[in-house]
Amino acid sequence: MAATQEEIVAGLADIVNEIAGIPVEDVQLDKSFTDDLDVDSLSMVEVVVAAEERFDVKIPDDDVKNLKTVGDATTYILKHQA
Amino acid sequence: MSSTNRTVVVTGIGATTPLGGDAASTWEGLIAGKSGVKPLEQEWAADQAVRIAAQIAVEPTEVIPRPQARRLDRSAQFALIAAKEAWADAGYTDKAGEDATVDPDRLGAVIASGIGGVTTLLDQYDVLKEKGVRRVSPHTVPMLMPNGPSANVGLLVGARAGVHTPVSACASGAEAIGYAIEMIRTGRADVVIAGGTEAAIHPLPIAAFGNMMAMSKNNDDPQGASRPYDTGRDGFVLGEGAGVIVLESAEHAAARGARVYAEAVGQGISADGHDIVQPEPAGRGIAHALQNLLDSTDLDPAEIVHVNAHATSTPAGDVAELKALRKVFGDDTDHMAVSATKSMTGHLLGGAGGVESVATVLALYNRVAPPTINVENLDPEAEANADIVRGEARKLPVEGRIAALNDSFGFGGHNVVLAFRTV
Repeated sequence: MAATQEEIVAGLADIVNEIAGIPVEDVQLDKSFTDDLDVDSLSMVEVVVAAEERFDVKIPDDDVKNLKTVGDATTYILKHQA
Repeated sequence: MSSTNRTVVVTGIGATTPLGGDAASTWEGLIAGKSGVKPLEQEWAADQAVRIAAQIAVEPTEVIPRPQARRLDRSAQFALIAAKEAWADAGYTDKAGEDATVDPDRLGAVIASGIGGVTTLLDQYDVLKEKGVRRVSPHTVPMLMPNGPSANVGLLVGARAGVHTPVSACASGAEAIGYAIEMIRTGRADVVIAGGTEAAIHPLPIAAFGNMMAMSKNNDDPQGASRPYDTGRDGFVLGEGAGVIVLESAEHAAARGARVYAEAVGQGISADGHDIVQPEPAGRGIAHALQNLLDSTDLDPAEIVHVNAHATSTPAGDVAELKALRKVFGDDTDHMAVSATKSMTGHLLGGAGGVESVATVLALYNRVAPPTINVENLDPEAEANADIVRGEARKLPVEGRIAALNDSFGFGGHNVVLAFRTV
């Protein structure tokens, strides 16, 4: 059962909260992982691995660099989830 | 600045240990003769031969925010807690540069660990085997590297004069403080934050130390298991935690009106050249380190009134150290109150030199020597060589300049002796 956009944002918010300690309500589509959410390059790897597991999706390393915002990640997951 | 011979002082202390979450509660526990040893209640402990350890009194996750804690090895968590306390205790309000009284280019950090990020290494290997390559944490390398605690403490205070990690097993923490004293003495830095940390309470190190017959198997009496100098001693009890001090040139401390706990007089270092794990039984290597201390400083044996001994509660090591004291100091040994604080804290390996330097500095500052607990039957060889502070804390001379030693020795035959003195 594929996740909706709303479910994906909520899931990413949980993940970012767990990894970077950012309040879930601050994790919104227009937010940049690096600039707004205190997710550095190593933590971004953790976010990606957690998202892969949660949404049953593969995100190759080459694609990770294009995921600048929560919106980018949400769109990617919506498109690629199994 | 050219090479000089500057006086070094201690201006800040911090600790997190099996006796308490800070230096004050640790000191209170030491003076009260409290044991920090408890049964290991983790599931993995059930089939271990050793089922006791001196576990930390305050879990670091109660103090460090979760997002920060999850990217720090437990040893780095301990180091950061002790370093934050020491830095604030020294009167610094912010990191170097932000606090105008300390120049980042003249500030160093030297934090050591005997084993490094061993729990991270082993836990992540479990993740690799059970969950696969992709799930191994990207933070693993900075967490497991032995210089991780030093690097994190350096970042905390903004140190740019140099960040170092001497590794010499159970002498590591003392060697770190010795290195820091040299950095200031020779003019490389004005202020150095230094100490030791260890977090090795994990089934693999416990199985390994246990199989070496190095640890006490007195599982039925955890609080009585660490018993240096007692005829019934059967090995050390593993402890965890960190001790950190702020060292500073006397001029730098005076210029900013800092409180001075003690002078850090200097160090004596040697190597046994005898065996990879067994101490040289006559204490020759230790005596060599003590002699190096006397030869390289103006320390007078007549002013030494206290020794925080290495004394881990092993049959051979405890006595070799006392023989060395007697060999070098002769009759002056008679006025040295010898305390084995590992009877209370357990053996913090690379953290020991840090925590015991905190204890030694506080012993001088408060003029009281902590006790050695659990000495029911004093080993005659110990009694013949030194005056052991047994059972209860003992007052040190209330007047005049007094000095104290902190001894640390490590597998590999490393001997490090530090000397502190009242100001």
